[in-house]
Amino acid sequence: MKIPFLGDRPGRTPKMISASILRSSFDRRSIVIGAFQGSIGVLLALRLGYLSIAENEKYRLESESNRVNLTLIPPRRGWILDRNGAPLASNRADFRVDVIPERLQHSDETIDRLGALLELDPSRIAEVKDKVGTARGFQPVEVASGLKYEQFAALSVRMPEFPGVVPQRGFSRSYPTGPSVGHLIGYVGPASAEEYEKDPNPLLITPGYKVGKDGLEKDFEQTLRGEPGARRVEVTAQGRIVRDLETRSDVQGKAVQLTIDGPLQDYLSRRIGLQSGGSVVIDCQTGGILALASMPSFDPNSFVGGIGALRWKMLNENDHIPLLNKAVRGLYPPGSTVKPMATLALQIAGVSPDERVSCPGGYQLGNRFFRCDAVHGSVDMREAIEHSCNTYFWSMVHRVGYDAIAPIAKAFGLGQEYDLPGTSQRFGTVPGSAWKKKRYDQDWTDSDGLNAVIGQGYVLASPLQLAVMTARIASGRDLRPSLVLGNPAPLGPQLPVTAEQLQVTRDGMFRVVNGSGTARGAQIQIGDVRMAGKTGTAQVRRLISRGHVADWASRDHSWFICYAPADAPRYAMATVIEHGGFGATAAAPIARDVMTYLFDPATALDTLHRYEAEWGGTPQQRMSREYAAFVGAAGQSVPQDDFAGVPLTARVDAESRAAPRPDVSPSGTPPVGTAAPQASLPAAPTPAPPPTPAGPAPEAPQ
Amino acid sequence: MSTLGARGIVPEPIARLPWEMLIPLVLLTGFGGLVLYSAGGGSMQPYALSHFIRFLVFAVMAGMIAVLPRDAVRMLTYPAYSVVLLLLLAVEIVGQVGGGSQRWLEFGPIRIQPSELMKPAVVLAMARFYEALPSGMIGSWRSVLPSGMLIVLPIALVLLQPDLGTSIAIAFGGVVVMFLAGLPLWWFLTAGGLGIAAMPLVYFFALHDYQRARVTTFLDPENDPLGAGYHIAQSKIAIGSGGLFGKGFNNGTQSHLNYLPEPHTDFVFASMAEEWGLTGGIFVLLMYTLILRWGWKVSSEAQDRFSSLLAAGATATIFFYIAINLLMVMGMAPAKGIPLPWMSHGGSSMMTNMICIGLLMMVDRWNRVAPKRGLTFG
Repeated sequence: MKIPFLGDRPGRTPKMISASILRSSFDRRSIVIGAFQGSIGVLLALRLGYLSIAENEKYRLESESNRVNLTLIPPRRGWILDRNGAPLASNRADFRVDVIPERLQHSDETIDRLGALLELDPSRIAEVKDKVGTARGFQPVEVASGLKYEQFAALSVRMPEFPGVVPQRGFSRSYPTGPSVGHLIGYVGPASAEEYEKDPNPLLITPGYKVGKDGLEKDFEQTLRGEPGARRVEVTAQGRIVRDLETRSDVQGKAVQLTIDGPLQDYLSRRIGLQSGGSVVIDCQTGGILALASMPSFDPNSFVGGIGALRWKMLNENDHIPLLNKAVRGLYPPGSTVKPMATLALQIAGVSPDERVSCPGGYQLGNRFFRCDAVHGSVDMREAIEHSCNTYFWSMVHRVGYDAIAPIAKAFGLGQEYDLPGTSQRFGTVPGSAWKKKRYDQDWTDSDGLNAVIGQGYVLASPLQLAVMTARIASGRDLRPSLVLGNPAPLGPQLPVTAEQLQVTRDGMFRVVNGSGTARGAQIQIGDVRMAGKTGTAQVRRLISRGHVADWASRDHSWFICYAPADAPRYAMATVIEHGGFGATAAAPIARDVMTYLFDPATALDTLHRYEAEWGGTPQQRMSREYAAFVGAAGQSVPQDDFAGVPLTARVDAESRAAPRPDVSPSGTPPVGTAAPQASLPAAPTPAPPPTPAGPAPEAPQ
Repeated sequence: MSTLGARGIVPEPIARLPWEMLIPLVLLTGFGGLVLYSAGGGSMQPYALSHFIRFLVFAVMAGMIAVLPRDAVRMLTYPAYSVVLLLLLAVEIVGQVGGGSQRWLEFGPIRIQPSELMKPAVVLAMARFYEALPSGMIGSWRSVLPSGMLIVLPIALVLLQPDLGTSIAIAFGGVVVMFLAGLPLWWFLTAGGLGIAAMPLVYFFALHDYQRARVTTFLDPENDPLGAGYHIAQSKIAIGSGGLFGKGFNNGTQSHLNYLPEPHTDFVFASMAEEWGLTGGIFVLLMYTLILRWGWKVSSEAQDRFSSLLAAGATATIFFYIAINLLMVMGMAPAKGIPLPWMSHGGSSMMTNMICIGLLMMVDRWNRVAPKRGLTFG
């Protein structure tokens, strides 16, 4: 073949670049390029080997996590049981719908259609829209729970039209006695963004999962939580489910058993009625808290789906402060209820109980006259308690000095904080000269001591502290309160009093109720059970005459402490009714009925039912009505009744105790993990029929 | 192969075929069809069948190219180049008229991407130019300016489309021919240095936003795992999760559950590696090595400057496809739409690569007709 390479071109450049030079240059350079290509090939082979061998493990996991979608199934929350194993907080199966804001496409429109399908009322729809707007994208927002099966099914078949909507069959927290346990147990709700940041557990953002928000629900969160179940499905990149891989069921959280006596708790809460106050009942043998109530309260059932804006507003605007746990966080001047303790302090300081003081209706200190409630004449120590004679205590404290009393006040529980889960206590004040110097940089005066010894002035205490004080006087032991059954707090140091000294004080308290004392109206006699107590009236404002004042907020706080039976104390109790007036008028009758309930439930229930008929029903019924009125006032239609779906577990409501019952062990035993009621402890807190599950309750408290 | 013919067992025309390239090529295409069968959800449709049909059609075309005589090729080179250049211009005009950019022309049922045809056309034209250039002029401006124009014109038109990947492919083929044609080395070094220096300028002023995104994503893939980096991340997961022997035929989850984007075109190698593992990957690399090594052998055995430059340019063009695609799927180059020869589903790249194969077979045939003359030629 003809090779015309350069052949027909004459005249080469003088610098001789010949065809042969070019050919060898081609050969050399093609080797360079070939080597370059070869090295790329080697590089690719090495990279391939690196990816598929060295990094195989990592990429296999990533490929699996692509392919497999893990859906957590929220665990059933552990129950919270009363001392007899009846649930104060349990779960009920329900059908629920959540939305995940991040996945909603046209959020407002979808929520509107969803609301129409589920027949939600406009205020609820507005609430959901509001929450979707403010929620973090991944945080599920509950649209509705407690749905009927038909509604749930109607939504389930139309799922493709509702991206971001998650219908679920799940469990909701249920509190059979609602408001009665609100402050004690707290409530649950969807985890907030802050909670998720603190505990970045994927469970927290699983639709339908609720964390404890307050009280025991919050403190025992880890115990109650349980292990989530999981459903593994194979999904495409677009999220379409290809097939189910496996499902692991959840493990229910462990139960927490309390020292609380459920029916008593319910009775106490309901008996406080329309008033604002707190009350604590303590077992004098173990220190276990049998009831701890603060009213008015909130219904934790209505918080389960998140607290509605209107409900929150209503609770906050109430001047009875339903969101404050007055039993542990309410601080009041204890008034005369500290007088029994003061008599012990005086005896320790060397005052003879038989020494008499003349009460001319007041006490002259310098140029100031301290007025007593009445002219008591000559009183000894017992009579001073019986008649609550201030003059006696003023003259005695002027002799021994208040600094001799303050340490005994502390030894009996005032100013102390206790190791109780789920409560955030305020410890109040036991004043003294050193305290005043430090706090106000002022010297302690005699009139400070006079005020303090009758529980006024600087002294502040909570119902819990006064209940502990009463239990210590009643038992003579340094009892510490406890809330978890089977875990009683160890006794503290022996109280610095003798049995004889205690007997003087107890005699005085017995006479308050059973003699000619200030609380004769609170007398009970059930068999040979009698009650001992002491009234207290704490001044809210100085210079306003004591007794009945029209303005509620200016009235005195009403106190009553008591224990029963008087001869062999089992139960100690302290009650405060805010602005209730005299201790004998507001607080003492409540204490009387609660103590009656412990020994004679049927009679006490009759009393309660009579009152509730007057008050307009149980707290739940009253709150329901109040909320409906409030919502109506806000210009929105009445929402569905939040309480309607709550099934009655007639085991912790007050009525359950009066029902005739077979004396058997609990039929519906609590779930796995329940701490069995400890046999070594006083099982039933009452000589009345033990509160084992009953047949049908005589009436539904709803 | 020629030994078979010498023994007379196989007829001479068949024995003379370049089996050392054809066997790897058929194995590779067959394997590619297998991968496409899986990527199609375990079915011949929609990918595998058309892949095989295209291969057969373009194999016939390559065979026709292979029998072209040298003079005819030399005569037709420039006209062919001009026609393709006009087609590119037509694409631009149609695109302007139709509003918006497009890369293809439609002739009835056939859709042609002229930019693909331009890759072998540039190689042909460059080889023809340096064949005609007196060897003494190598090193003067006349050795680079006309050939530079041959490259720059189509690149400019392709860039307008805009198609950066194909532009670079065209430039790569042309520059390799220039390099092998013996242009002074320091020109390339200077141009390379200037190119590196100009990169920031190009990045900030010449690239489109989406191209810039590809580059930044390549430099920092973790920056945007769900956006532009998603493709490469999923590709690496597919390859890495395959391990030594893969997840098995039709068992790739990345490709079957749509995590891997484009499992049948740009990321076909990742679909393959997921199911066949390192073993399959090494097999594919080996087949490419055999084909490219044959290409270089054809080039080095070529009788004359035109044939050798043409063969080298065609080989370089094929290599460019393979290298860029594989570097990309393994996360070592920015994501860009360059398919993998004989494995990816797609007619245009199959056509380009089969034209290159046809050209190489043609040169191989010329080599056999007249033995190499060594130093004496010219």
